[in-house]
Amino acid sequence: MAIEVRIPTILRTYTGGEKLVEGSGDTLTALLDDLDSRYDGLRGRLITDAGALHRFVNVYVNDEDVRFLGGLETKLADGDSVTVLPAVAGGSR
Amino acid sequence: MLEISQEMVDRVVAHARRDHPDECCGVISAKDGAATRIFEMENAERSPTGFVFDSQEWLRVYRDVDDADEEPLAVYHSHTATEAYPSRTDVRWSATAGFPHWLLVSTRSEQLELRSFTIQDGVVTEEEVRVT
Repeated sequence: MAIEVRIPTILRTYTGGEKLVEGSGDTLTALLDDLDSRYDGLRGRLITDAGALHRFVNVYVNDEDVRFLGGLETKLADGDSVTVLPAVAGGSR
Repeated sequence: MLEISQEMVDRVVAHARRDHPDECCGVISAKDGAATRIFEMENAERSPTGFVFDSQEWLRVYRDVDDADEEPLAVYHSHTATEAYPSRTDVRWSATAGFPHWLLVSTRSEQLELRSFTIQDGVVTEEEVRVT
């Protein structure tokens, strides 16, 4: 089951510079486990030690933010497309 | 050094004034290192003390930039009651946001305050804003 994953510039150090990689899994968690077996350390940049999606990244499945889908348990199917972007925030406080 | 057009400066300042007392935010993209376009974005937090990119809008902007073979050059935002200098929050987010430049504007007074910074490993360095 092939799922296309778009990697932002800042995380391409983990994918040997690749902007587009492929993985498999029937949930986002399973996909990230699969990717981590080939791209060591990538998972750790997306998921906290407590097992939650890191607040510093956005992950989209077919262009929908997974925070509004099922989070890390979001179901995936063959041909789905996953995009990872850095979350951007800041401010004076 | 951050080199941007007068029109970009005017738009950043106008956006900041318009959204005051909330903070504003947006992106300047570049092609081959030269600033090309400005994207005025929603502050999803609508707050006087912070900003967050709306995740769906950010995806559209990022795609647009990427499809045009451009790259994110600068993130801009306003501080509405304090100086145009990166806060601890800004420094923390800079580590993962992936922008070479942080452009800040302050709307605390009528006087124009627009400053640009690079933030590397938590170290804030002010740089010249060259207006072309």
